[in-house]
Amino acid sequence: MVTILFDGIAYGMLLFILACGLSVTLGLMNFVNLAHGAFALAGGYITANLMNRLGVSFFLCLPIAFLFSAAIGVLLERTLYHRLYDRSHLDQVLFTIGIVFMTVSAVDYVMGSGAQMINIPDALRGRVEFLGGSIGVYRLFIIIICGLLTILLQLGLVRTRFGSRLRAAVDDPRVARGLGINVNLVFAVTFAIGSGLAGLGGALGAEVLGMDPTFPVKFMIYFLIVVTVGGASSVTGAFFASLILGIADVAGKYYVPKAGAFIIYAIMVLVLIWRPQGLFARSATR
Amino acid sequence: MTTALETRNLVKRFGGLVATNDVTISFQQGMRYALIGPNGAGKTTLVNLLTGVLRPTSGSVMLEGQDITGMSPFQRVRSGLARTFQINQLFPEMTPLETVGLAVSERQGHGREWWRLAGSKSEVIDEAAAILERFGLTDAMGVPTKVLPYGKQRLLEIAVAIACRPRVLLLDEPAAGVPEEERHEILDIVSGLPNDVTVLLIEHDMDLVFSFAQRIAVLVNGGLFMEGAAKDVAADPRVREVYLGEGGHG
Amino acid sequence: MTEATMAVTTAQAPAAPAARRLLIASARWRWWEFAVWIAAFAAIVLLPRQLLLLNEIAILALFALSLDLILGYAGIVSLGHAAFFGLGAYAAGLIAKFGYGDPLLGLLGAAGCAAVLGFATSFLLLRGSDLTRLMVTLGIALMLQELANRESWLTGGADGLQGVTMAPVLGRFDFDIFGRTAYVYSLCVLLVLFLLARRVVHSPFGLSLRAVKLNPLRARAVGISVNVRLVAIYTMSAAYAGVAGALSAQTTQYVSLDVFDFIRSADVMLVLVLGGVGYLYGGILGALIFKAMQDYLSSVTAQYWQFWIGLVLVILVLVGRDRIGALFSRITVPFSRGARS
Repeated sequence: MVTILFDGIAYGMLLFILACGLSVTLGLMNFVNLAHGAFALAGGYITANLMNRLGVSFFLCLPIAFLFSAAIGVLLERTLYHRLYDRSHLDQVLFTIGIVFMTVSAVDYVMGSGAQMINIPDALRGRVEFLGGSIGVYRLFIIIICGLLTILLQLGLVRTRFGSRLRAAVDDPRVARGLGINVNLVFAVTFAIGSGLAGLGGALGAEVLGMDPTFPVKFMIYFLIVVTVGGASSVTGAFFASLILGIADVAGKYYVPKAGAFIIYAIMVLVLIWRPQGLFARSATR
Repeated sequence: MTTALETRNLVKRFGGLVATNDVTISFQQGMRYALIGPNGAGKTTLVNLLTGVLRPTSGSVMLEGQDITGMSPFQRVRSGLARTFQINQLFPEMTPLETVGLAVSERQGHGREWWRLAGSKSEVIDEAAAILERFGLTDAMGVPTKVLPYGKQRLLEIAVAIACRPRVLLLDEPAAGVPEEERHEILDIVSGLPNDVTVLLIEHDMDLVFSFAQRIAVLVNGGLFMEGAAKDVAADPRVREVYLGEGGHG
Repeated sequence: MTEATMAVTTAQAPAAPAARRLLIASARWRWWEFAVWIAAFAAIVLLPRQLLLLNEIAILALFALSLDLILGYAGIVSLGHAAFFGLGAYAAGLIAKFGYGDPLLGLLGAAGCAAVLGFATSFLLLRGSDLTRLMVTLGIALMLQELANRESWLTGGADGLQGVTMAPVLGRFDFDIFGRTAYVYSLCVLLVLFLLARRVVHSPFGLSLRAVKLNPLRARAVGISVNVRLVAIYTMSAAYAGVAGALSAQTTQYVSLDVFDFIRSADVMLVLVLGGVGYLYGGILGALIFKAMQDYLSSVTAQYWQFWIGLVLVILVLVGRDRIGALFSRITVPFSRGARS
C-alpha cells in the first residue's frame, strides 16, 4: 500500500516535471504543442548515449540533459514555433504532429528502434523500509529532485520579476510590449525552461518509463491529461493533476491490471465533461 | 395596446457586482424605444438578459405574455425576438445573399432540410431578394461579406435581423463606427422599419435617440432610472444631471 | 400577418432570378469533378496492377471525407476520428465472422454502430474549447482501443480479428486477390456516400453548418439551434467513418487493434489537410497524394517514410494552408468559367 502510494507519487512527480513546460505553453500561452515529448526524448537519449558511450556520470548527465533539451527548445522556438502562436489550433496540431513524426523516424533511423538503457548509479539502487513498505531509493531520489524543482518553479513564477513578466506577456502581449517587456525573450526563455525540464524528466524517467523512439507518442496523452485536467490557471493545478494521475495509474495497474489505461482515459473524459476548464481552474466569471 | 416585451424584477449579479438591479419595464407593441445610460450603466447586460446570452439571477423576461426566461437565444429568435450586435457579427466568408437567405430559410423552418439544394425554394429566394433590395444590398449580394465596406456590413447586420421577421427588434448601436457620409443610409433604414415591429434602440448618440424614439428608458447603475415619453425624459432635470449633464456621449 | 411584412414577400423582387442563379451556381458540377470520377472508374481498366492500392486510397478517401464533414463544414477539430473507423471495422468484421457474410449488411451494421457512438459522444463536444474537444475525441478512441484489447474473446485482442470471410458482393462478385472487386466495391460506396455528402453540404442544412462554423454567436441569433446541427453532422460523419472502417475490414478480411491508433487519427487529418479542407474533394486528393507518397517512400526508405510525411506537414503549415489552397483554386477556377459565387 505504502509502496504503491510512494511509487505513484514518484511517477506523478516525474510526470509533472515532464509536463510542466507544456502546462505553460499550452495552458498559459494557449499553444497546442503535441511534440512536447520530443524534448523529453532528447534528454533521455543524450543521457543514455553520454553514459553508455563516453561513461559520463549519471549525476552530471542530468544537468546536461536539461541544457541540451533547453537549447533545442529555444532553437525551435525562435526558428519555428513562435510563428505559430497566433495561428489556429488546427495549424498548431498539424505542425506539432509533423514534428513528432519527424522526431520519431529520425531517432529511429539514427539510434535504432530499441529502448535506451540507462544504468543508474549503484548509490541509487536498492530499497529502504519506510512506514512498513519497501521503497526504491531511485524513486526517493526522483521525488526529492522533482519536489525541489517544483518549489523552485513555483517560487520563480510567483516571486520573481521574470514570473510577473511572463504573466503579463501571456495576459496581453501587446500591453506587455507597451510596458517595455521583451515578450519574445520572455517566451523564448519560458519555452527553453519548459523544454529543459522535459529533457531532465526524460533523463530521470528513462529507467522508470522506458525510452524508445515512440516515447513522444506514447506519453503525449499523459502530458495532455496533466495539462487539461490540471487546468490552465496555474502550475499548481498541473502538479496536483500529475500526482493524481501518477497514483491512479500505478494503483490501477496494480489492483485492476485488466482495466489498464481505460480507467485513466475514462476519468479524463469525465473530468473534461464535468469541468471543461480543468479540475483546478478557478471557475471563470465570464 | 398590448405589451410586446417586458421584464419583471430582473436582477443579474456577477459575484458581488450588481449589473442589473431589479429592472421592471414593459415595451408596448409597435412603439419605438431607446435605451440610454452612461457607460457601465448595465445596458449590455440588460440586452444579454433579454436575448438569453445571460441567465438572470432572479426575475423574469416575458415576450408577448409568454415567459421566455428559460429559453436559449435561438429559441427566443424563433419566438420573435431578434437583435443586431454592436460589433458586427456576420459570416465573413458568406455572401449577403447566403446570409439573408439562411436567416429566411431558418425562419421558414427549412433549416434542417438536407435533401434539397439551398436556393431551390422560391419563398426563400423571393423574400431574401426583397430584403436585400430594401437594404440596398442587391449589387453586393454575391460577394463575400468580408470585402464589403463597413457601412454595407452594418446594413447587412440589420438586414439579417429583419430576415428573422421579429416582432421585437433590439438594435445595439446600429450606426456605431459608420462614417458620416454613409450614416444616413442606416438612419433611413432604422426609421423605415415596419410599424408593427417593436424596436428597442440602444444608443449613445442623442441626436439619433431623439429623432427616433417615442419613449426612452434610462438606466443608471444597473437600475431603471426612469422611463417615459421622449420629450418628458429630455426635459427631466434629473436625467440631464446623471446623463446628459456628463456631456452626452459619456 | 400584417401588411407591412406581407408586402415584402408577395412582390416578386427583381433581384430574385439573379439571386437564385447565384445560389444554385455554387452547387453546380464543375468539369473537373466529372474528370475525377471518370478517372477513378477508368483506373479499374487502366491500372489493373494497382487495384489493391487504389482500394486503400478509396477507403482512406472516404475516411477523410467523413472528417471533412465535421472539420471542414462544422469546425470540429478531432484527434480521435479513428474511434469510428475502428468501431466500424470491428462491427463489420464481427458481423461477417458470425456468419452474416453479405458485405452490404456489414456496411449497414457498421454505419449503425458508428452512428450510435457518434451520436452519444457528440454531446460531449458541445461544450468546451478546441483543446477539450481534442482531448475528448482522443480519449474516446484510446478507450475503445483499450476495450478492444481487453475483450480479446470477441476481438482477438492483440492478435487481431481473424476468420473474417465475406460473401460475394450482391451475391455475384467474389472478392479476388487482385483487389478488382474490392476496388470497384469501395469506389461505388465512396461515390454514393460522396453524392449524399455533396447534397447535404449544399442544402439549407449545409448552409446552416457553414454559418455555425463561421460564427456560432450569429448563427444562434438567426434562430439556428447550433447544438442540434452539430450533433446531426457529427453522427453522420461517424457513420461515414464507420463505413470506411467496414470497407477496410471486409476487403482485407482482417481487423487489428491499430484501427484505433492515434496515428490513424493523425494520418486522416493529415490526408484531409493535404488535399484541402472544406470542399469535399480534399479527402480524395489527399488520399491519393498520401498513399502515393507512402507507397513511393516506403519502397525507398522502408520504415522511415513517416519522417517525410512529418516534413510535409511542417512545411504545409509554415507556408500556410490557405496560400496553397488559393494557388490550387487559381489553377482550377479559370477553367470552370469563374463559377465561384
